[in-house]
Amino acid sequence: MAFWALVKRDITLAWAQGGAGGLSLAFFMIATSLFPFAVGPDSEFLMRLAPGVIWVVALLAGLISLDRLFQADFEDGSLDMLALSPLSLEMTAFAKTLAHWFSVMLPLVILSPLLGLMLAMPVASLGWLLLSLLIGSPALSLIGSIGAALTVAVRRGGVLIALIILPLYIPVLIFGAGSLLAISAGTDPLPHLALSGAVSLFALFISPFASAAALRLGLE
Amino acid sequence: MQRFANPARFNHLADRIMPWSNAVAIIAFMLGGYYSLFDSPADYQQSETVRIMYVHVPAAWMSMLCYMIVAAASFTGLVWKHPLAFLTAKAAAPIGAGLTALALFTGAVWGQPTWGTWWEWDARMTSVLVLFFLYLGYMAMWETIEDHDKASRASSILALVGVVNIPIIKFSVEWWNTVHQGASVLRVGGPSIHEDMMLPLLLMVLAFHAYLISLVLKRVKLELTRRKIMVLRQSLFARKGR
Repeated sequence: MAFWALVKRDITLAWAQGGAGGLSLAFFMIATSLFPFAVGPDSEFLMRLAPGVIWVVALLAGLISLDRLFQADFEDGSLDMLALSPLSLEMTAFAKTLAHWFSVMLPLVILSPLLGLMLAMPVASLGWLLLSLLIGSPALSLIGSIGAALTVAVRRGGVLIALIILPLYIPVLIFGAGSLLAISAGTDPLPHLALSGAVSLFALFISPFASAAALRLGLE
Repeated sequence: MQRFANPARFNHLADRIMPWSNAVAIIAFMLGGYYSLFDSPADYQQSETVRIMYVHVPAAWMSMLCYMIVAAASFTGLVWKHPLAFLTAKAAAPIGAGLTALALFTGAVWGQPTWGTWWEWDARMTSVLVLFFLYLGYMAMWETIEDHDKASRASSILALVGVVNIPIIKFSVEWWNTVHQGASVLRVGGPSIHEDMMLPLLLMVLAFHAYLISLVLKRVKLELTRRKIMVLRQSLFARKGR
C-alpha cells in the first residue's frame, strides 16, 4: 500500500507545476527539432538519422530530470522519513524509480512516433520506434536511479550523474536503436528487442539494491 | 585480511616488495624494449609498425586488469570495511585510466598506417573507450564528494555497478560492430604469434605488471601519508581553536 502511495505521490509531484514531467517532455520535443536545423531538412538523410536522434534525445531528456529524483526529498528531509517508514529503502528507491519512468519516460515514449513522423520516418516503423522505447526505457530510469542515489548529497550533481551514468547507458542505446537499424536494413528487429528487454530486466535486478546502498550512504 | 589493515604493517610490506618489483620492471623494460625495438622481426604485412604492439597490447591488458583491481578492492572495502582497500582502489584508478589512454593512443598511431584511419568504431576500440569513461566517472566520484569515508563507499558502489556492466557493454558493442582482428595470443589451440615476437611481448607484459605493482604500492603509500597529514592538520586546527 505504502509503495503505491509513494509512486502516486511522485507522479503527482512530477506533473505538478514546475515538475520534471512537463519539462522533460518539452526538452525532448525542442532538442529533437534542433537536428533538422543542424543537418539540413533533406528528408532522406533525416530518415536515416531519426531513430538514433530520438533515442539519444529521449535518453538525455530522462537524464536531466534524474538529479532531482532523490535530491528534492533529501533536502527537505522527506527521505529521512521514508527511510524510517516500514517500507524498505530498496522498495522506496524502486517506487521512486517507477514513478520516474511513469511520469518522465512514458510520456516521451508515447510522443516519440510524432517526432519520428516529423523526422520523416516511414509510418510503418513508427510502431517499432514506440515498442523499442517502451522496452528499453525502463533500463534508463533504473540505471539512472543508481546515479541519482550516488549523487544525492552532492550539490550540482547533474554533471556528475551524466559522467557516471552515460557509459552504462551504451548497451541500452545499442539494442534499442539497433532494432530500428535492423528494420531499415531489412533484417529481424526481434533479437535486438529481446536483448533490450534483457538489459531492462537485469537493471531491474540490480538497481533497487545499488540505489538503496547509495541512499543509505547519503542519509548517514 | 585484517592483518594488512594496519598502515604501518602495510608500509613495511610495501617497502619489502617495491625494490623487487622496481628491479623486475626496469630489467624487463630494458630487455623487452631492446628486443621489441631492435631484435625482433618486422611483420610481413605491417612492417615496422608492428613494434607499436609491444606497448599497445600490454597497456590494453593492464587497463582491464586495473579495473579488476579497482573493483576487487572496492568489494573488499565495502564488505570488510577495510580502509586500505578503498585507498588501493583509489590509487589504481588513475593508473588504469592512464593505461587505457595509452592503449587508445598507441592503437590510433598504429591504426593510421595499417588500417588507414586514426579511429574506427569497432567493437574492441569502442569498449576500451567506454572503459576509459568508466574510469573517469569513478575518479570524478572521488573528487566531488568531500567526506573521505562517503566518497570511498560511493565510488566503490559505482565501481561494482561498472564491473557487472562490463560484460554487457562488451557483448553489446561486439554485436554492434566488429572489424578489430581476433585475439591472437590467448586463444584455443595456442598462440598464432611467432615466437620471435612472443618473447619481447611477454617481457613487456612482465615489465608492465611489475611497474603496475610498484606504482599501486607507491600511490597507496602516498594516500596514507596524505591522510596522515590531514589528520595532523585537523588536530592542529582543533588545538588552535581552543
